[in-house]
Amino acid sequence: MNKKRPIVAVVAIASLIFLYIPSVAVAVFSVNNAKYGLTWKGFTWKWYEMLFQNEIILEAALNSLFVALVSTAVATLLGTALALGLDRFPWPRRLGKVMDLLVHLPVVTPDIILAAALVVTFSVLRNISSSFDMGMLTLVLGHITFQISFVTLVVRSRLASLGRDIDEAARDLYASGTYLFFRVTLPLLMPGILAGAMLAFTLSLDDFIISFFTHGPDSVTLPIYIYSSVRRGISPEIHALSTLVMLATVILVIVAERVSRFRKE
Amino acid sequence: MTGQIELGLLVAQVQKSFGSHKALKGVDLEVRKGEFFTLLGPSGCGKTTLLRIIAGLELPDSGHVFLGGKDITRLPAAKRQVNTVFQSYALFPHLNIFENVAFGLKARQVSLPEVRKRVAEKLEMLGLDGLEKRYPHQLSGGQKQRVALARALVNEPDILLLDEPMSALDAHLRAQVQEDLRRLQRTIGQTFILVTHDQDEAMVVSDRLAVMKDGLVEQVGAPRDVYSKPRNKFVAEFLGAANIIQARRDGGRVVTDFGSFDLSSAPQWDEGTLAIRPEHIQLSDAPNGDPNWVQAKVREAIYRGQSLDLWLDPGPVRVRTHAKGRLAPGDQVSLFFPPEDLVALDKAE
Repeated sequence: MNKKRPIVAVVAIASLIFLYIPSVAVAVFSVNNAKYGLTWKGFTWKWYEMLFQNEIILEAALNSLFVALVSTAVATLLGTALALGLDRFPWPRRLGKVMDLLVHLPVVTPDIILAAALVVTFSVLRNISSSFDMGMLTLVLGHITFQISFVTLVVRSRLASLGRDIDEAARDLYASGTYLFFRVTLPLLMPGILAGAMLAFTLSLDDFIISFFTHGPDSVTLPIYIYSSVRRGISPEIHALSTLVMLATVILVIVAERVSRFRKE
Repeated sequence: MTGQIELGLLVAQVQKSFGSHKALKGVDLEVRKGEFFTLLGPSGCGKTTLLRIIAGLELPDSGHVFLGGKDITRLPAAKRQVNTVFQSYALFPHLNIFENVAFGLKARQVSLPEVRKRVAEKLEMLGLDGLEKRYPHQLSGGQKQRVALARALVNEPDILLLDEPMSALDAHLRAQVQEDLRRLQRTIGQTFILVTHDQDEAMVVSDRLAVMKDGLVEQVGAPRDVYSKPRNKFVAEFLGAANIIQARRDGGRVVTDFGSFDLSSAPQWDEGTLAIRPEHIQLSDAPNGDPNWVQAKVREAIYRGQSLDLWLDPGPVRVRTHAKGRLAPGDQVSLFFPPEDLVALDKAE
């Protein structure tokens, strides 16, 4: 059908190549047997081996995982509660719209703005307690703030697709509030909650800007480590590390996609 | 028969508004125990709101609902012996058919052997045995509807509410399901309240029906009575084809453009309207001199397969007669308007 317009196909493929050249290049150089330069010197796993012996990198990876797990757990809980509250409570129409907007806003706010706001907030809170010194706590709190909106949006779209009939049917069939929640609402929402959590986890793992502003010396994450190393000069080890982070992200996104499609009829 | 009416459902002066829209403007209704009752009306007449109030899914602004003599107005849905078949069926998509039907029993902690027995009974009664392990999305529309019925009936409710349960079925299946539903209700003898906008459906299934309009009940009665003795123009026209004829009273008779007629019950007005069903007007080419015989000319003849519709001059009056008759425009016909089928309508408020 498109034989008469091969240009469309060519442009599409060119765009895809453009999109993936940097990633592929990084992956290729991560197995290139050359410390410097951009010429191909043969295949090697040695940068990966070196990577796994570098304790600073391993600690950064652990930090990243820890932050991602904790912030995702908290954000998923709060985000789901927020979605349920927005959807099921009979808000006055106008207030409901304002609250919707408030949920959407953080998604489109530039990260740098949110980061600056967090810095200000924490410096105020530091007057009250020294636990708000930049460190693991502030980093985790920072991640939670930008994750909540994403979780809420994903869970809400699932809630909207469920409709209210199901809840009413359960109440009509003698279900108490808790029975309804654990036997009907939660199982039906689970694909949405899992998808939201996956998304939040990925965002946390990848985040640089907010981490950069809110981390302390005890909480260097992988993106921050990569950034500071790159400033000293790109090493093949960083290529290897970047490739692994990329792969992890791709896998998470695919799993999230599968989960959210699961049982959607 | 004890001669005493058992206490069924009583709706007293129920009002409900949504914002500035008055959905119910003071509805009174009595549904007897064991009858198949239908709330019939066009969309927006308040019938679904009334059903939801009876189910406990909506609170009335004022008025009361009594069930078996007890005031249940403020009792939440989960505590009423009333179950609903929803328009969308609202089956639980994550539970199989057994778990769907067992839901109400399990929510009330009925023992598992008892649950199994009662669910199996209802599934068999509705011809669903063998589908226990299936999920709702694997069923046909008719099967889903029966699962919704089983899920409600397994709780042995005092009243079963049905919210337009046929609307998702295709037309030829619908007629079959209507008859099945009527038979089912007669067999188990439970009180059913159906909401529908389809007058044929209401006729087929109901013992009694209430015609609703704009948040008020216009008329309550057996389908036969409401159909042949509509109280006003709205009821007459909503329940099928009706001739609405302008008339005035002249002594003991009423006079129309057609001629003058005897009525079996005299109108309350001096000038008003009469209604008569097209199929109640009798056709003959030999007038016998009775007072209710008139002459008219055929303006248009419409063959409908099962009947022949004649539009008459003077008109507009429609006569529905045997399809075998061969009448053409211009033919002269003699018509008999039976006095008991000519109904004087109430004046519109």
